[in-house]
Amino acid sequence: MSTLVIAEHDNNNLKVSTLNTVAAAQAIGGAIDILVAGGNCGAVATAAAAVPGIGKVLVADNAAYAHQLAGNVSLLIAEVAANYDNILAPATPNCKNFLPRVAALLDVAQISDVTAVESADTFQRPIYAGNVIATVKSTDAKKVITVRTTAYDAAPATGGSASIEAIGAVHDAGISSFVSEEVAVSERPELTSASVVISGGRGMQNGENFKLLDGIADKLGAAIGASRAAVDAGFVPNDMQVGQTGKIVAPDLYIAVGISGAIQHLAGMKDSKVIVAINKDEDAPIFQVADYGLVADLFAALPELEAKL
Amino acid sequence: MKVLVAVKRVVDYNVKVRAKADGSDVDLNNVKMSINPFCEIAVEEAVRLKEAGIATEVIAVSVGDKSCQEQIRTALALGADRGIQVDVQGKVEPLVIAKLLKAVVDKEQPQLVILGKQSIDGDNNQTGQMLGALAKMGQGTFASKVVVEGDKVNVTREIDGGLQTVSLKLPAIITTDLRLNEPRYASLPNIMKAKKKQLDVYTPEELGVAVTSHLTQVKVQPPAARKAGIKVKDVQELVDKLKNEAKVIS
Repeated sequence: MSTLVIAEHDNNNLKVSTLNTVAAAQAIGGAIDILVAGGNCGAVATAAAAVPGIGKVLVADNAAYAHQLAGNVSLLIAEVAANYDNILAPATPNCKNFLPRVAALLDVAQISDVTAVESADTFQRPIYAGNVIATVKSTDAKKVITVRTTAYDAAPATGGSASIEAIGAVHDAGISSFVSEEVAVSERPELTSASVVISGGRGMQNGENFKLLDGIADKLGAAIGASRAAVDAGFVPNDMQVGQTGKIVAPDLYIAVGISGAIQHLAGMKDSKVIVAINKDEDAPIFQVADYGLVADLFAALPELEAKL
Repeated sequence: MKVLVAVKRVVDYNVKVRAKADGSDVDLNNVKMSINPFCEIAVEEAVRLKEAGIATEVIAVSVGDKSCQEQIRTALALGADRGIQVDVQGKVEPLVIAKLLKAVVDKEQPQLVILGKQSIDGDNNQTGQMLGALAKMGQGTFASKVVVEGDKVNVTREIDGGLQTVSLKLPAIITTDLRLNEPRYASLPNIMKAKKKQLDVYTPEELGVAVTSHLTQVKVQPPAARKAGIKVKDVQELVDKLKNEAKVIS
């Protein structure tokens, strides 16, 4: 059995979500190769080759893949997939964009957000915002899978020496093109890989008040997230959203501030190791999942917490 | 231009779904059903394109048994012009839904297909992308802004850390994210009018699509429960606990 892991990267760095996916591939078993599709992505290929236990790293380095446009990358992966039994990618916004296209091209199902491997053809995945875990068995010969990265500890990043093989095939479907990208440059860690996350909800009252989280985040080296209610209210951008339809996080410490704890939010953070909730409503559902609950006015509690850390 | 918008009937987002005691499936007896929230955003976007004079006709399509006509009528009440139900029984996998939608696309030849990015029951996030592959169309998933310009559409997409804009040749596929728009409420006169709008029903056979199954649901179970925590009396106690008990801060 052989598995192809699709690398998540930004053409410069191999993202840790790739290593979570390698861990899932190891749970399935068999030989593992990594595909890096990008433009000027040599550094990523080098990093992927250092992951222990990888057979080879396939690199498709071409302008057509520079922005990983779904129309182009899916054709490439579907072609490379001919040699593999399993195609695995992390369930990141980027891979969620193109992997279902790959599955459709191969005429197989995609199994999204896999959290556990029971056997070579049977997997667990959350449905209904994680209120239910479904065990599904695939009847496809080739399996296309996205991996919920929080379910697997990252495989080691160094110590391996896989061979690197260039792929010449260029697929430009000619149906879409890249226009622009606005990515906020932040000193903070990424939400999905941070070991501490502090999130604000509707209780923050406005976007300006999110600054109250900054000092605490600085002291803890935390990423800052938000509930859907805070995003819907326009306090903060959607890429900060933690929840069923936003990002799934599982840090060592998750601090929920002014978040009531709707099921859609819990779906995105309840696998965190330690959960702290600060909310003035003592009946808020967030307290049912919190290890430590503090019933308090956040506008008094946050400055005090920052001072005491 | 014609816009096709896909809608799905799902358990209302306020319902906390549970697994049946025997683990055979989720318990959906007597639960409230609604239009999937992301599909509602898709309908709203299509209707706005019509109001802006860009779309000439908005067609709402749903794949499901007869009960999904209720959600098609909701879309019609929100401003879609006519509806199509593809009549299938039971659960249908995203790949099959994409094939059925592809057949409808072939029939109707829309310039734009708008879908929700995911449905809140299966949480698959696949159908739009699969339809893109089958119809060989470009896709703008997780859209927060849609601008049609001539024979192209610029879609601004929610990505990790920010936004990305791609330009797609029409016809194209768009899947909606939260911030694309805020759907309107249907007015009573529009709900009444929607009842009279045309709604065609096709079978998969008529569309030439085999309803296949690639996955079997072995069982469903509740997720591992977290054990109950404690309430702390003040910030000082919280900091002490995090330092000395949980040992997650130093």
